[in-house]
Amino acid sequence: MVPSYVPLSYYLLLSGFLFACGVVGFLIKRNIITIFMSIELMLNGVNLSFVAFAAHWHALAGQVFVFFVMVVAAAEAAVGLAIIIAVYRTRETLNVDQVNLLKL
Amino acid sequence: MPDNYFAGYLPILIHIVLVGGLATVIISLSWLIGERKPTRAKMAPYESGMAPVGDARGRFSVQFYLVAMLFILFDVEAVFLYPWAVILRDLGHFGLWEMLVYIAIVLVGFFYVWKKGVLEWGPAAVRSQAASGLRINLRDVQSGVQVDVRFNDQRGGS
Amino acid sequence: MSVAFLPGVLQTLPQNADYVRILPEIVLSVFGMIVMVLEPLLDEKTGQKILGLIALAGALAGLAATWFMAQVPGVAFWNMIRVDGFSVFFHVLVIAIAAVVILSSYEYMAVQRIRAGEYYALILFGTVGVALMSSAVELVLIFIALEISSISSYVLAGFRRHEAASAESSLKYFLLGSFATAFFLYGVALMFGATGSTNIDLIAQALRAGPIPLLAFVAVALMFVGLGFKVAAAPFHIWTPDVYEGAPAPIVGFMSTAPKAAAFAVLLRVVFVINVHAIFWVIWIAAALSMTLGNVSAFVQDNVKRLLAYSSIAHAGYVLVAFAAAPQLGTSAVMFYTAAYAAMNLGAFAVVTHFANAGERYVTLEDYEGLGRSSPLLAATLTIFLLSLIGIPMTGGFFAKFYVFSAAVKANLIWLTIIGVLNSGVGAYYYLRIIVMMYMRESRKEIPVTPTPLALRVALAVCLVATLYLGLFPGRVLQYAQDSAQQLVPQTSPGVTSSAKVHTATETF
Repeated sequence: MVPSYVPLSYYLLLSGFLFACGVVGFLIKRNIITIFMSIELMLNGVNLSFVAFAAHWHALAGQVFVFFVMVVAAAEAAVGLAIIIAVYRTRETLNVDQVNLLKL
Repeated sequence: MPDNYFAGYLPILIHIVLVGGLATVIISLSWLIGERKPTRAKMAPYESGMAPVGDARGRFSVQFYLVAMLFILFDVEAVFLYPWAVILRDLGHFGLWEMLVYIAIVLVGFFYVWKKGVLEWGPAAVRSQAASGLRINLRDVQSGVQVDVRFNDQRGGS
Repeated sequence: MSVAFLPGVLQTLPQNADYVRILPEIVLSVFGMIVMVLEPLLDEKTGQKILGLIALAGALAGLAATWFMAQVPGVAFWNMIRVDGFSVFFHVLVIAIAAVVILSSYEYMAVQRIRAGEYYALILFGTVGVALMSSAVELVLIFIALEISSISSYVLAGFRRHEAASAESSLKYFLLGSFATAFFLYGVALMFGATGSTNIDLIAQALRAGPIPLLAFVAVALMFVGLGFKVAAAPFHIWTPDVYEGAPAPIVGFMSTAPKAAAFAVLLRVVFVINVHAIFWVIWIAAALSMTLGNVSAFVQDNVKRLLAYSSIAHAGYVLVAFAAAPQLGTSAVMFYTAAYAAMNLGAFAVVTHFANAGERYVTLEDYEGLGRSSPLLAATLTIFLLSLIGIPMTGGFFAKFYVFSAAVKANLIWLTIIGVLNSGVGAYYYLRIIVMMYMRESRKEIPVTPTPLALRVALAVCLVATLYLGLFPGRVLQYAQDSAQQLVPQTSPGVTSSAKVHTATETF
């Protein structure tokens, strides 16, 4: 039988990798929707490490946290998409380089 | 294999029979009792309120996004019902009341959405949305294919 | 797995006192929901009139509820909430901020023709978030509270939604804000991994039991990134000027004070958990950078909102100086500073709000020319707030800076103190520039002067009294801050693991 045990570090590496992908996507992508998806990816990376740690510590709380993070992320997504639509209506573009009315 | 092994699955079997039966009854009743006056619009394939034939890249109503977002919100909020349901017996009255408060808060949100006129479709929506500040064109609403947000034809995106 | 979690919950269902300990949050949420539900039911005119009053009543009821909350110190809801002098202080502060913001929005709503319902409801919900942040001692709850306040302020920032600048400000705030909260959350997850708990007391215990794992350091650093964004500390400050410029002026007053105060409160609790020397240099650098960058950039601004944005970055830097000065010395200084800063900054933004007029047209420094002649009272009020922001004696800003720097000197942070004092000197220049503009220059543009409505006068009076009170009689507030700082020291009793014991243990104290 194949051992079903996967070490904790594997999960953590994967979650760190997902988080890093999100960070890189946030920094280099130019489309607002893609940037937004990168943030969601970061949150999912965090979720994975919550679940992994929950299994490691035998603490159910870690899994419950994922529920909370998911709900918060959904609320954030709704607000974010609404804001994106508002920006699109005033600017007719979804490219962050062109959303430059306020100097950065 | 002992008899009681399958006996454990009896509730599921009953469930399957009930669900199947209910679906059959509903469909056949509406088939038997319902009136049928086919029109062109009714016979057209249903595409969630959109014109089924035409350019797929046309813009469509921002209301679709609105409803989709609301769906996500209410859908995800229901996720808390599952862990609650698992330990409901142990929580007793406290758990029941807590969940009622939670659902009441969600319903307040639903009431707000409803009164804002987000759930109204068709010409009636125009009036209530004009009142609530959502500017939607009458012609657009009636044609069913709308022009508020274009995500598809934006240029310059990555 | 589930066995470990269930019995603890079942043994101790929340008592009545538990609900009193979150009474301010409950009251504010209920009023927020009332405003939200009434909004579509009322027509625009009545809504404009009534909803603001209901929201104000909600904020005042929240203050009253805080009094009830203060009567039952202790932990609630399985150690997720702690009511102590510290959380009461920040509750009073943020709810008072909300009340003042509601007052100063009253005119703004009518002038900008914004439908009022969601606006006031969101202010109340945002206040729930920031209030909860100050009393939460559970990292995940802190995250949720942080998001409640953030999501409300994302929407509020874009409330002039037909203005491109406002939508853009909202978008930038949203994108960078969620980016930062993701970092905070990752920090929480790693802390959970390092110690097996997300409760601040349990984490403190676990960390004190042995050598601090590297994971915990990384976790604190990540949390610092998230909170550093919220308080607009350099190098996480880039969003601040843009967001402040585009967002509605009263909301900028809110964003620059309430969530900041709450984020500092969270940071204080987190700093207590971890051996402060581990992140000492991080805080040191952030403080020095924020002060310098904020003040230098404010120099060249000609938009008042941007100028105040950079000034708020600089002030975040001053507060961080107190953080660097070890928790024991700095805590009360931080608390005093957030209160004084809230009073003077809200006041300044209330004047900016009134003066900005329809469409926020008049927000450049040039527009302030001759204000001393055209509306002397308003100009005098703004002058006092600006003097307080400089740190002139007799104002709250003076003692705020004084306590911060004396804490820093006591902690032997000589270099940081020097940088800070130099920066205060530099900062004086751009505040004085506004005052000079108002009094020494003739108005070159035709700018309509509108009479100050009652609500705004009340808001200004509250800020003015608070600023002068903190400047003339700082003793009581400081004493209170010191007492509650004492309580903040994490409990070492082994009973923390069992929630039943904590109930009795903390009630007596």
